[in-house]
Amino acid sequence: MSKTSHTKITMPNMAKKGEILEIRAIAQHDMETGFRYGDDGKMIPRDIIRFFSCSYNGVEVFKMDLYPGMGANPLIVFTTVATETGTLEFKWSGDNGYEAIDQSSITVS
Amino acid sequence: MKSWLYLIVCSLPIFSVSALAVSDVPPIDRISSYELMSLENRAMQDDPNLNPAIFWVMDGQSLWNLKSGQNSVACASCHGESGKKMRGVATQFPKMVNNKLQTLEGQINQCRVGRQNAPALAYENKDLLALTAFVSSQSKGLPITVYETAQNRMDLKQGRQWFYERMGQLNLSCAQCHEDRAGLKLGGSVIPQAHPTAYPIYRLEWQTLGSLQRRLRNCMSGVRAKQFEYGSLEMAQLELFLMWRARGMLLESPGIRP
Repeated sequence: MSKTSHTKITMPNMAKKGEILEIRAIAQHDMETGFRYGDDGKMIPRDIIRFFSCSYNGVEVFKMDLYPGMGANPLIVFTTVATETGTLEFKWSGDNGYEAIDQSSITVS
Repeated sequence: MKSWLYLIVCSLPIFSVSALAVSDVPPIDRISSYELMSLENRAMQDDPNLNPAIFWVMDGQSLWNLKSGQNSVACASCHGESGKKMRGVATQFPKMVNNKLQTLEGQINQCRVGRQNAPALAYENKDLLALTAFVSSQSKGLPITVYETAQNRMDLKQGRQWFYERMGQLNLSCAQCHEDRAGLKLGGSVIPQAHPTAYPIYRLEWQTLGSLQRRLRNCMSGVRAKQFEYGSLEMAQLELFLMWRARGMLLESPGIRP
């Protein structure tokens, strides 16, 4: 897996204050478990995303650990409350120096 | 009212005859295996923000514009950058190119070797899948236009034979499951009619994108037959027959399958 990859965020760009936002974040990643063997009979080393977090105007609102049992190209769906206008930053990090950052802005009225 | 009824009754036989002659509709009611999927999986295919295959399409687009090979030309140098020029292309493959039956993957490799002077990509290679996904995605929603022609007649005939011929230790033909028993169940899942309408597909079981040939090889190992080689003529002939059988159905590429 390369050092970074494509990501995609789905969330509303406008909301009323106090509204619950559903956020979907998907990242392109093989999520190689480390339990598989290649054609040469050798174990394929683990290469997975280890950690995902989302911060809303610098405040962490969601974080999760990822494990080898999770499928490739993991889709993460979570909710947060619309508090103020600003930017949500999404960060994935994992084995072999993998890192991906994405952001999305929202206007709260 | 009476004359209206008369008109319908009169025009019916004419209509059915002309419909058969023009569109050459196959005898069975064809459905894409999309219809057999759960609502969640269908939503995954339909929403570009959920469909993981979109990543391959994005990769394919960057590869499309990348100058490569010793001739240092990109796909875009000849075919344009827009990614719209290839609209309708995927609906025509496999087709005869210079008297050789060529699949879409084969044609991409043909361009690589012939125009770019770059080494051919192996089947199921990420780059080849990405390019195929990028090209096929431009034909999403268009009907498959593979017809019998004087040039492909022999290959189509052979492809049909592969489909109806028993193979492997289980001694099963494609048709025994996908025609005779389509709609019944095998191990809890509905047997589809095997129309290749969504390739390359992101198969949840594979956790990645894969070509039609990979899927066909799956079935062949399932009936314990010797698998056709990737990129072989036998594969192309079988692909041709399947696409011809699905002619007129809408392309969904890149699709999701469980």
